[in-house]
Amino acid sequence: MHMQCPKCHAPMHTYNRNGVQIEQCSGCRGIFLDYGELEALTRLESQWGAGPAVPPPPAAPQYPAGGGHGAPAWGAPQGGHHGGHHGGHGHHNRGFGRMLFSS
Amino acid sequence: MTAADVLPALRAKVRSTAHPESTPCTHPDTVLAERDDGTVVRHADTVAKAHAPDTNPTALTLRLAVATDNPDILLSPLHRTPTPLHGRLITFWPYGTPVDPEAPENAPWEAAATLLAHLHQRQPPPALPPMRGPKKAAQAIARLRTTAPHHPATAPVLRAWHTLPAWARAEAPMPDTTTLCHGDLHLGQLVRHPATTEPWRLIDVDDLGVGVPAWDLARPAAWYACGLLPPDEWTRFLTAYRQAGGPAVPAHADPWPALDVPARALTVQTAALAIAKSTVAGRPLDDVQQAVIDACARMSGIPPELASVFPK
Repeated sequence: MHMQCPKCHAPMHTYNRNGVQIEQCSGCRGIFLDYGELEALTRLESQWGAGPAVPPPPAAPQYPAGGGHGAPAWGAPQGGHHGGHHGGHGHHNRGFGRMLFSS
Repeated sequence: MTAADVLPALRAKVRSTAHPESTPCTHPDTVLAERDDGTVVRHADTVAKAHAPDTNPTALTLRLAVATDNPDILLSPLHRTPTPLHGRLITFWPYGTPVDPEAPENAPWEAAATLLAHLHQRQPPPALPPMRGPKKAAQAIARLRTTAPHHPATAPVLRAWHTLPAWARAEAPMPDTTTLCHGDLHLGQLVRHPATTEPWRLIDVDDLGVGVPAWDLARPAAWYACGLLPPDEWTRFLTAYRQAGGPAVPAHADPWPALDVPARALTVQTAALAIAKSTVAGRPLDDVQQAVIDACARMSGIPPELASVFPK
């Protein structure tokens, strides 16, 4: 069941953020938290701050920690065929050189 | 008035500005850019820019004032207000040396990131209009629809565009209306002034305004995500931005929730312009352009990441 944003009335979508369900408005991007969710987020945040003594919450599935760099799921596969990641010749490609300098 | 029409007047104007005593000189004029959205001519140490025909004079004056008032970040114009010339607005600037397009491996990533981090922490003047990044993305999509509606790569790019929230498509106000942003960061937007050893400055205030600061990091983020920018260069850029206190991403946590939507938008914009330009020129897409289109094709199956839930 989709909620409607109490502020702008656009539909709200549910996201799972480190195990906490969050509703976010597709229009104004406002966020709705159910009872206890703010506390759950705060708890997660303090775990992050506490360092390695506490096991970190599972990484968001969209952003696998690839070599510590992090990248979106729509990104190129690591070691992709364009040579930027491992081949190291990304810069020597004239097409990319042009792209770096244009609006 | 088209780019070609304004050029002779602009050449005369930049010469008279460079040499106010009207002494004859042998300096050549150099046309640095000649596009519908702006014509730029250099004469000796002076550069004159004719802004796009539909430029709002009040908005441009406010944007020029930001450059004048932040000379440690943005190149300062020679005058605080634009000059009307043949129905166009002209601004004058000192010449600065750009990043060498033949040697992008020398790109000043740390300097670019630090300048952006400082800009994002400056107070915008009252009534400064929104940053124009989303508007530029929407214009690229409009151009794609007009120029290449039947190109096989157009459909996945349009599908990726529709994964974006309304604000990123310039159909709703941005969720941040108080942070000062550049709006069109790429390596052509950095110059050193006055000499090659001097610090870098940002140029081009046409898209500057208040908005979502992650937009200014989104081109390098998109290049990195598309597998074009090596990870170490992306890391240098991101690290320098964080070290300078930049507010667009959290200092320690995953930056991608904040970067995801703007990086998608810039990937879509780049893909749209690549298809439109290659169609007009009758050229096939190159590997780099195809990499950006491939990223668009992957986007439609993955909803955009939740925007910032970290405190500012």
